[in-house]
Amino acid sequence: MLYYSVKRFGLALLVAVVVSFLSFQLLFLASDPAIALAGEAATEEDIIAIREFYGFDRPVLVQYIDWLGRFIRGDFGYSYYFNLPVSELILGRLGVTFQLGLVAVLLAIVVAVPLGVAAAIRPNTIIDRTALVISVLGQAMPSFWFALVLIVVFSVNLRWLPASGADSWQHFILPTIVIAYFAMPAIMRLTRGGMIEVLSADYIRTAKAKGLRPFKVLFKHALRNAIIPVVSLAAVQFGFMLSGSIVVETIFAIDGAGQLAWESINRNDLATVQALILLFAMIYVMINFLADLLNAWLDPRVRVA
Amino acid sequence: MAAVDHNAPVEAAPSPHRAMLRRALAHGGVTIGAGLLLIIIVMAVIGPFLIAHGPYDQDLTARLVPPIWMEGGSWEHPFGTDQLGRDYLARLLYGARISLMIGFGTVFIAGTIGTVLGVAAGYFGGRVDMVVTFLISVRLSTPLVLVALAVVSIVGGSLQVVVLVLGLLLWDRFAVVMRASTMQLRAIEYVTAARAIGCSTPRILTREIMPNVMNNLIVVTTLEMAHAILLEAVLSFLGLGVKPPTPSWGLMIAEGREVLLFEPWLITIPGLALLTLVLSINLVGDGIRDVTSPEDR
Repeated sequence: MLYYSVKRFGLALLVAVVVSFLSFQLLFLASDPAIALAGEAATEEDIIAIREFYGFDRPVLVQYIDWLGRFIRGDFGYSYYFNLPVSELILGRLGVTFQLGLVAVLLAIVVAVPLGVAAAIRPNTIIDRTALVISVLGQAMPSFWFALVLIVVFSVNLRWLPASGADSWQHFILPTIVIAYFAMPAIMRLTRGGMIEVLSADYIRTAKAKGLRPFKVLFKHALRNAIIPVVSLAAVQFGFMLSGSIVVETIFAIDGAGQLAWESINRNDLATVQALILLFAMIYVMINFLADLLNAWLDPRVRVA
Repeated sequence: MAAVDHNAPVEAAPSPHRAMLRRALAHGGVTIGAGLLLIIIVMAVIGPFLIAHGPYDQDLTARLVPPIWMEGGSWEHPFGTDQLGRDYLARLLYGARISLMIGFGTVFIAGTIGTVLGVAAGYFGGRVDMVVTFLISVRLSTPLVLVALAVVSIVGGSLQVVVLVLGLLLWDRFAVVMRASTMQLRAIEYVTAARAIGCSTPRILTREIMPNVMNNLIVVTTLEMAHAILLEAVLSFLGLGVKPPTPSWGLMIAEGREVLLFEPWLITIPGLALLTLVLSINLVGDGIRDVTSPEDR
C-alpha cells in the first residue's frame, strides 16, 4: 500500500508540474504578455512597468520556474482588474463553489445510486426504463439551457425560488439541481452496470441460498462491491464540477470561483485565469489521487496493477 | 479484408456484418436516433434553400414575432423572429449546420490524435504506453471549459478556432478507449500469427488492429461529437465561441436570454433543437455499443 501510494503521489506531482507549465504558456498565446496582463484600461507606462516587473525579456524557462516558485509560496500574482492579490481574490470565492459542488454531488449520489440499484434489480422493467430515460436526457441536456428553463418555470412563472444571487439557501436550490442532474447519469449507469454484474456473481447466489434476507444480500453483499468504482467516479465528477461551475454560477449570479473565472477571462485578467486553471487542475489531481488511494484501500487488487 | 474473414473479436460473438445490421435495425435506440439524426442532417443541408428568409436578414418592423403555435404568429415566420427581426427558422437551420460542422470537425481532429496515441500505447506498451498514459492524465487534469474559454478569448472566437481548440482538448476518451481495445487485441492469436509470419508493424496495425477496434472507435466518435456540440453551445452561450451574427444555437439561447421574462420561446426552440441533436447522436452511439458488444449492456 505504501509503495502504491508513493508511486501514485509521484505521478500526481508530475502531472501537476506539466499542467502548471501549460497554464503558464497560456500567457504567451497572446502576442505580448505584458499587454495581456495589464488588461484593457492600461496605459503605456503600466505596460512597461509590468514588462519590467515580470521580466518578460528573460528566457521562458527562467520565467516559468520563477512563476512556479511564487505560486508554491502562495503568491499568485496581482489582479489589475479587481485591484487585489489573486490569492485573496480566489480564496474569498472558492468557498461557495466548493459548497455548491459538494452538495450537488451528494444530491446526485443520493438520487442516482438508489435509482441505479432499482434499475439493476429489475432490468427492462418500467423502473429501469424510467431511469434510462432520465439518464439519457441528462446527458443530452445542455446544462445552461436546463438552468434557464428552471428559472422560467420556478422563478418567473411559479415565483417559488429566486432566479439569481447567493443570499439565502433558497438561492442555491436551482443551481444545485442543475449541477446534480449533470453529474447523475454517469453515476447511475455505473451503479446499474456494477450491480448487474455483482448480482450474477457466485457469492451472491450462495448468500441467497443460505437464506439471507434479500435486503441484506442486496445492500451488505452486493452494493458494497458494486459501489467501489462509483466512489472514484463521484470524486472525479466533483473535479469536473469546478469547471462546470463557470456556467451555472454565471447564470445564477453566484459570486464563486466559476463566476470569477468568467469575469477574469472577459476582462483579460490573465494572472487570475492562470491561477484558476492551475488551482482547478491541482484540486482535480489531488481528488483523483485520494480517490485512487481510497480505491486501493477498498479493493486490494488495485494495489498490484 | 483478411482481418475481417478470420474475425474473432474479443467483445462480439462471431457474426457476419449483415446480422449486425439486422440487430442494429431491431434496436429501438439506434433506429430512433439514426432517424432523428438523418432528419436533422437533411434539414441542415437543404432546409435553408427552402425558405424565403436568410439567417442574417433583419426586419426591424417585424421584431419578436411569436411562432405559429402562439397567438399572433403567422406562416410568414413559422418559428417567429428574434429581437432584430431575423427569421428564427432560418437561423435554426443554419445553426444546425454550425453544430454539425463543430461536431464533425472536432471529432476528426480529436479522433486522429486520440487514435494514434491510443493504438500506439496499446500496441507497443512499455515506455510508449507510459508516456501516453501520462499525457492522458495531464489532459484530464486540465479544466476543460476554463481552458477552452481562456484560449478562445485570447486567440479570438470563430468557427475554426472553436473546432481547433475543442479538437485539441477532446482526444482523451479516444486515447483511453483505443488503448484498452488495442491492448486486448494484441494478445489474440491472429495478431501473434501475423507477427509470426513476418507481417510488418504498419501492416498489422492497419490490417489486423484497426478493423477490429473500429466498432469502439465509432462509439467514442459519436459520444464525443455530442460532447463537442454541447461544449460549443456552452462557449457561444458565454460569449466566447463563434461570434455574432453567426446563428449558433448556443448564441441564440444567449441572445434570447435578454428577453427571457417575456419571450421564453426564444430559448425553448434552440434549446430543444440542441437537445434533440445531442440526444439522437447519443442514442446512435449507445445503440451501436449495445449491438456490437451485447455483454456490456
